Amino acid sequence: MHAPASAIEIRGLSKTYPDGFQALKGVDLDIRSGEIFALLGPNGAGKTTLISVVCGIVNPSGGTVRVSGHDIIRDFRAARSLIGLVPQELTVESFESVIATVKFSRGLFGKKRDDAHIEKVLRDLSLWEKRDNRVMELSGGMKRRVMIAKALSHEPKILFLDEPTAGVDVELRRDMWEMVRRLRESGVTIILTTHYIEEAEEMADRIGVINHGELVLVEEKNRLMKQLGRKELSVHLQSPLDTIPTALAGRPLELADGGHTLVYSFDAQAEESGIPELLKALGENGIDFRDLRTRESSLEEIFVNLVRARA
Amino acid sequence: MTLNLHAIRAIYVFEMARTFRTLMQSIISPVISTSLYFVVFGAAIGSRIQEVDGISYGAFIIPGLIMLSLLTESISNASFGIYMPKYSGTIYEILSAPISAVETVIGYVGAAATKSLILGVLILITARFFVDYEIQHPFWMAAFLVLTALTFSMFGFILGIWADSFERLQVVPLLIVMPLTFLGGSFYSITMLPPFWQTVTLFNPVVYLVSGFRWSFYGSSDVGVELSVLAILGFLALCTGIIWYIFRTGYRLKV
Repeated sequence: MHAPASAIEIRGLSKTYPDGFQALKGVDLDIRSGEIFALLGPNGAGKTTLISVVCGIVNPSGGTVRVSGHDIIRDFRAARSLIGLVPQELTVESFESVIATVKFSRGLFGKKRDDAHIEKVLRDLSLWEKRDNRVMELSGGMKRRVMIAKALSHEPKILFLDEPTAGVDVELRRDMWEMVRRLRESGVTIILTTHYIEEAEEMADRIGVINHGELVLVEEKNRLMKQLGRKELSVHLQSPLDTIPTALAGRPLELADGGHTLVYSFDAQAEESGIPELLKALGENGIDFRDLRTRESSLEEIFVNLVRARA
Repeated sequence: MTLNLHAIRAIYVFEMARTFRTLMQSIISPVISTSLYFVVFGAAIGSRIQEVDGISYGAFIIPGLIMLSLLTESISNASFGIYMPKYSGTIYEILSAPISAVETVIGYVGAAATKSLILGVLILITARFFVDYEIQHPFWMAAFLVLTALTFSMFGFILGIWADSFERLQVVPLLIVMPLTFLGGSFYSITMLPPFWQTVTLFNPVVYLVSGFRWSFYGSSDVGVELSVLAILGFLALCTGIIWYIFRTGYRLKV
């Protein structure tokens, strides 16, 4: 049997909670083997529910999920043993030592004892020195590392990071990004949810946007940035214009701020921005300006626009 | 069906480690409190009470006292063992692990029952310092010990899953199990009760446990020993059924 190209195949997945809240409304999604996939969405969009269903924590109401070809219900052992999960909430066995709680996770996932691997995981996460400390004695950031260590203890092929850097200090965030890259190099598929857009921008190969339980879009990050990533030049004029002078026609220009500002949009990725020509034309037509400002639409804006457009 | 033995072992070891970490409250304190019963009821008051069924009062209460501890400790160990991960949220790991209900139950209930058994044996040894006793049917004694530890650990497991607060976790042991155990013939033979209360007592499941257990020591019992065995097996079957239902439906574990 050849390995399926998709690490995870989700078809028509829906979830309605007992209180009637529809958290997922027929989601179809394929996660490719070996990619870093970022799932973006506002709070309550369905990110955590989606992860919880795949990992077996929440029962689906409808649809199917396959993990490396294994159905998550019929073949739950095979499916779940491939998955490592780092949930959003800091939940730890407070009274245990760091090493005991990490070894426990490995056993739970049916892997035989391997002290060398546990040591490697703990060292990679700078936890080795703290291995005999009780978990409750650690700082919040360190506890987060313990949860990651637990998820990695059983050598998962697929790793879910649910809001991995929420409330995490800069150092840990950097370490975590580094770790995620290393894991990807070793062939692990990574799915992370976040509402920090910069995280997705920095890390992801592909981005999915979820809102109100529906997958709004799935796209390669680079293409998404290119398609939707526009740059704008704002030219603040000395005296307002009523209309765009005919000499400037044909350029992607708009008047804003009651004619005080001329906004020029251009493709951030293009070789030629057309800005020198525009400025020259302004000078030739006697249009004086006080100030210039350029800005790039971030993934955040793209995301906000998308969510707003489909709300 | 293959069992995830590593997982069973992991849960079992984890739970046993918790026991040894809390040695004081989980092992030593029940032994001390049982010793106090021996001092008060066995030595002090017991010396003024005539023999019951031809057995000195001090010796008569031993099986009942062991059952009392076994029941309460099995329930509290097992209920706490599964309630804690639910309470702290670490249950996510159990739910997302490649383990079945059977393995989860073997791990948690097995550890809780082991702990109760250790405790039962320790109390039995402790009792030797206070009173002489004999064990006429050692095999049945051991069988009752194991079955009771197992059954009530399962009951505790159910309780731990049902409870959604520490209060509820305490309520059943305090309001139901304690009274049933005290009125279950630990300290008296039910033949000592007026006829009406004798009949009422027969609806108390603990009576059958204590009676059967006492039979294994001294060869005399309030109810037939076959009935005792049937009662405990019946309760075991009931608990197994409820646990099966819990995992089938995800009751209080999954939405």
